[in-house]
Amino acid sequence: MTEKTEQKPPIIEVRALTKSFGSQQVLTGINLDVYEGEIMVVMGGSGCGKSTLLRHLIGSIVPDKGSIKLFNREISTMSEPELNDVRKRFGILFQSGALINSMTVGDNVALPIREHTALDERTIEIMVKIKLELVNLREHADKMPAQLSGGMKKRAGLARAIALDPQILFYDEPSAGLDPVTSAEIDQLIIDLTRKLNVTSVVVTHEMDSAFTIADRMCMLDKGIILKVDTRREFELLRESSVEKLSNQRDQLIRQFLRGDAEGPLTRCKEKSNYEEDLLERV
Amino acid sequence: MNQSTPSTEQPDNLRGLVHSLVHGLALLGGATISIGGKALGMIGSMSLLLAEATGVVLRGVFVPQQRLGQAHLMAQMVRVGVRAIPIIVLIQSVIGMILPLQMFPELDKFGQAEQIATINAIAAFRELGPLMTAIILSGFAGASIAAELGTMVTSEEIEALHSMALNPVRFLVVPRLLATIIMTVLLTVIADIVMVAGGWLTAIKLGIDSDIFFLLTRDAISMTGFLTGLTKAAVFGLLVGLIACFLGLSVKPWQGSDGVGHATTNTVVYSIVAIVVADAVFTVIFYSYGMFT
Ligand SMILES: Nc1ncnc2c1ncn2[C@@H]1O[C@H](COP(=O)(O)OP(=O)(O)OP(=O)(O)O)[C@@H](O)[C@H]1O
Ligand SMILES: [Mg+2]
Repeated sequence: MTEKTEQKPPIIEVRALTKSFGSQQVLTGINLDVYEGEIMVVMGGSGCGKSTLLRHLIGSIVPDKGSIKLFNREISTMSEPELNDVRKRFGILFQSGALINSMTVGDNVALPIREHTALDERTIEIMVKIKLELVNLREHADKMPAQLSGGMKKRAGLARAIALDPQILFYDEPSAGLDPVTSAEIDQLIIDLTRKLNVTSVVVTHEMDSAFTIADRMCMLDKGIILKVDTRREFELLRESSVEKLSNQRDQLIRQFLRGDAEGPLTRCKEKSNYEEDLLERV
Repeated sequence: MNQSTPSTEQPDNLRGLVHSLVHGLALLGGATISIGGKALGMIGSMSLLLAEATGVVLRGVFVPQQRLGQAHLMAQMVRVGVRAIPIIVLIQSVIGMILPLQMFPELDKFGQAEQIATINAIAAFRELGPLMTAIILSGFAGASIAAELGTMVTSEEIEALHSMALNPVRFLVVPRLLATIIMTVLLTVIADIVMVAGGWLTAIKLGIDSDIFFLLTRDAISMTGFLTGLTKAAVFGLLVGLIACFLGLSVKPWQGSDGVGHATTNTVVYSIVAIVVADAVFTVIFYSYGMFT
């Protein structure tokens, strides 16, 4: 499947993206292509810059250097109105759901439809019902976000993200903090949306089970640098291989992350740090 | 820095006191300068926000398909104004009772006791009606708007709006600004009337004829007097709404509930300062145009 899609131009194209917050370099020379109809999973440890990368892709943050193309259009230099045209073509599910707390769940889902289309209220109502049914929340349309559980909020956020039938969907940790069943449901939903509606998905996660369930291709980020972008198959092989066979440090590191091992180059880095000197200095 | 030179005779705590006093003064000086700089920066950014909001309103008025969201406006007006009505009625009626009572002995000496009606009416319509309403609303509406918008920033709601191609200025700021302006004006009318009513109660108690009281009240309030009072109210309302929206949206996501708390208290403090300064400016303008005669 990836063979076939890779001939088309990528729907998302990131080149040499670099970003610092103050003195802290968060992203360094990121290159990433995402092709139409695939699920790209972005993995990496906490604080490595995954959410920051996602925020660049949706135009919330402007890069220091580099280019970001969505639908073959450069978004990093776009004006706000131009950017808004692009934004209508993608949806994003935030880590916390980010529902508007002063509106009911139904109104939250209706919001982008009301604001961006000229449809009448009855049509909007039907569309909202359809979207909520997709995420199994149809009976909860009249509840306020505060009355929902964490998992329900995420599903409601997803219903809102797909309200305008976007071509790209971004997910920030869709299954973090959810029970295994709900988490599996969300995974299934991501797969269904991608396959049935031909949506392109970019999923940030550090749940390995979920990553291997949904991914077509995967991308491993560490300290703001992309270590590896490859198909799920390649990552699976890497996970199953034994340490001795892996010659380079980078592959060993990825393997440790994929397996969630306590022993490996990731943790060895930490041991080598100046922790003791730092402690002693303070005394 | 001689107070920091060690001198054994000087009691330790005195030296400490002097030291902290000097230190405190230095801090105060530095703070004044940085507050001055910050205030200028803030006024600049707020003007930009106001300009953007005005642009949205104008486009809403002239371009039919640009929606302003009347539903939001009504909801905001109710929320901004209704809860404040009882407290405005209470405060204004009490002031209306006290002020004439305090003026009465002096005026009575000149045999002008009934002039308490005039004083009360002028104070109400020109000054205290708009001023007290705006100050009360800075606590009710301003604080709650700042807290709401600040919380929306920290819970990623604002970023979500941006990502859905919705402009928070159109979607959130404009209805809140319009609501505070409209409600300050409406509540000022209530405040004016209630204060006159309070004065009337006092007048009756003091044995002043009801008819004379109302006659004098009507004479004291010209149409310009009434309208300038409402103009003030509108501007005060705009200031409260603008400061609240600006400070609320200026909360940074990582500041969390701490940032929201700061935004809320700052809104009340800055609003009151802005209202009083604007009031002074108005007085000067009205004086120089002879609107006080
Ligand atoms: N607006 C900001 N200002 C300053 N620093 C920031 C900002 N946003 C993120 N950072 C820093 O950038 C780094 C990467 O943050 P990011 O949120 O992208 O991590 P992440 O990979 O999503 O982590 P997690 O898995 O915990 O969500 C962190 O060290 C964070 O402190
Ligand atoms: Mg994150």
